[in-house]
Amino acid sequence: MATVIIPTPLRKFTNNTARLQVGPGTIHSTVQELTQNFPDLKKHLLDEGGNIRSYVNIFIGNDDIRDLQQEKTAVKEDAIISIVPAIAGGSPETHGAPGPDDPMQPSLGAPASTIDRMPTNPPTEASASGIGHALARPLLDRSLAHPFTKEELARYNRHIIIPGFGMEAQLKLKTAKVLVIGSGGLGSPVLLYLAAAGVGTIGIVDFDVVDDSNLQRQVLFGVDEIGKPKVEAARRRLEGLNPYIKLHIYNTHLNSQNALEILKDYDVIADGTDNFPTRYLVNDASVLLGKPNVYASIFQFEGQVSVFNYRNAQGELGPNYRDLYPTPPPPGLVPSCAEGGVLGVLPGIIGSLQALEVIKVITGVGETLAGRFYIFDALNFESRTFTIRRRKDNPINGDNPTITALIDYEAFCGMRAVEERPLKEITAKELYDWQVRGEKFQLIDVREPHEYDIVNIGAELIPLGTVAANSEKIDRDRPVVVHCKVGGRSAKAIRELEEKFGFNNLYNLKGGILAYIDEVQPELTKY
Amino acid sequence: MIILEPRIRQLLIDDALNTFPDECCGFLFGREERDGTRLIIDILVVDNSKQGDKTRRFEISPLDYMTAEQHALDHDWTLLGIYHSHPKHPAIPSEHDRIAAQPWFSYVIISVMEQNTASVMEADATEPSPHPGKHAIHFRSWVLNEQQQFEEEKIAEYQFT
Repeated sequence: MATVIIPTPLRKFTNNTARLQVGPGTIHSTVQELTQNFPDLKKHLLDEGGNIRSYVNIFIGNDDIRDLQQEKTAVKEDAIISIVPAIAGGSPETHGAPGPDDPMQPSLGAPASTIDRMPTNPPTEASASGIGHALARPLLDRSLAHPFTKEELARYNRHIIIPGFGMEAQLKLKTAKVLVIGSGGLGSPVLLYLAAAGVGTIGIVDFDVVDDSNLQRQVLFGVDEIGKPKVEAARRRLEGLNPYIKLHIYNTHLNSQNALEILKDYDVIADGTDNFPTRYLVNDASVLLGKPNVYASIFQFEGQVSVFNYRNAQGELGPNYRDLYPTPPPPGLVPSCAEGGVLGVLPGIIGSLQALEVIKVITGVGETLAGRFYIFDALNFESRTFTIRRRKDNPINGDNPTITALIDYEAFCGMRAVEERPLKEITAKELYDWQVRGEKFQLIDVREPHEYDIVNIGAELIPLGTVAANSEKIDRDRPVVVHCKVGGRSAKAIRELEEKFGFNNLYNLKGGILAYIDEVQPELTKY
Repeated sequence: MIILEPRIRQLLIDDALNTFPDECCGFLFGREERDGTRLIIDILVVDNSKQGDKTRRFEISPLDYMTAEQHALDHDWTLLGIYHSHPKHPAIPSEHDRIAAQPWFSYVIISVMEQNTASVMEADATEPSPHPGKHAIHFRSWVLNEQQQFEEEKIAEYQFT
């Protein structure tokens, strides 16, 4: 069979097929076969007399059939035949600047609106009015028409050029206010992508400090930020990524007392928290305030995403977290990431999906996951999407709501508050006094070995991640001072040791080794 | 709608000005979205093979056309259309353009007006001229309809000026 290559503009007449097989014969028989199989091709290839149109070239290999035997040219078995449209054109015959009398205009067949925009003034008038002015005005008008600077337009270009997204959606992103609760595994990609996308105002709630064990998945942070509050580290990173957005940070535990106050100023809530009390809290606060809550969670190899409390364009309100899980699981049944572990890349995947849904909720582009619940199983690479519906017995917005204000979510989930018990603390000055007086105590450093190598104050090194495994090395019969760089990791170590092993003799060095260097040994290296 | 990014516009302007007062011509490659929006990713500049006066006519040789189809295939793009310039004329297709036009293709016309002859419409040009005070550049795009007449195709205005 010979092959005919159909030119792009004619492929709409050949079912978008670029290459067609035809039997051997002559060019004449080939064209016959083509027009029989694809009748719409006929008027483009043949004139009224059935001859090949003058502006259609046919090539066999690289040879024009006009240079061979025209339509009688033989088509062999392996021939490659190209149909090549003649591409030509030109300006109208009339010279000089066109005016309304341009004789070519009536033949354009252009819609009336195009004709309306034809020049009505003779060119001399335009010259008299000043070209410079006329050029400058549209540019000025355009800059007033939308609030983007030219730097922002350049930054968001790849959004703006997406058909169906464009300037309109980008403007919605710029005016949107999103509150991201939790800046850890899920919060990292959510914040990075929302900031990069140009969400105009982003709030970040997190009470935690950056720990070395976070860096396996919390891509927002680096080694330099270990020990620093996550919200501050996040702000620095995001400011560096996108200087055109506003960031508000809340270095606090979200709780029933502050949740409504923090959430009320935002349009969309993104819940990336890792525990049930906060999830119910975020859900209830979002429902009470009437705000969409883009939810995601991860555990080990599985991730979940949904959009709760979303009112669609038809005004229908979607389900919320309590429609899916009316009651929390018994405490301890579902471990947290800290206890159960999580594959580091999973929050990257799921958090990105969460960011996607936030962007869809803001822009109205596409169909959100409202009313649907998405599950991703990384181990088997399986995705499932369930339909979820509102329940009449939903206690917060069912037929007979019983929750009209925020409740005690720790109690609701059968858990005590993590931060309730204050830690025993010791200041650098007090520690120095103990050392001077020769008190009997043990000093433990829970930083990483590379930090220990930079500077240490003679403590025993037991990195945070290995504390539980080394609990027997920690004295029970004398005071134990635990320190890290600034005090966050040592606090975690102490809580873990108290909860799992019942220690009650542990003291946290306030401000960590940095405070000790400042107050006691300023000659040591700070990092 | 057809999207001409600033980079593409600049390539077209460069070709139009370099060829002025002759007509320039070439191919447009890119993607067509499901909604019919065309995004131009690259262009291919070819010689105006018209014998004789090239100030009011252009012609693309069949071999250049075949090269363009192969170029599209090689890059997994779609050959979306043709561009050419109208030196000293508005960016409106002439009868010559219409008679030779192919269905489906976008015909982007670049009008290059000398400033002292520019009309009011050309003053509406949104392109800053690379030779200030010398030329006014104006783009319009056209597609044949079923009646073999040109209809204007909106060019997305993404300006960075």
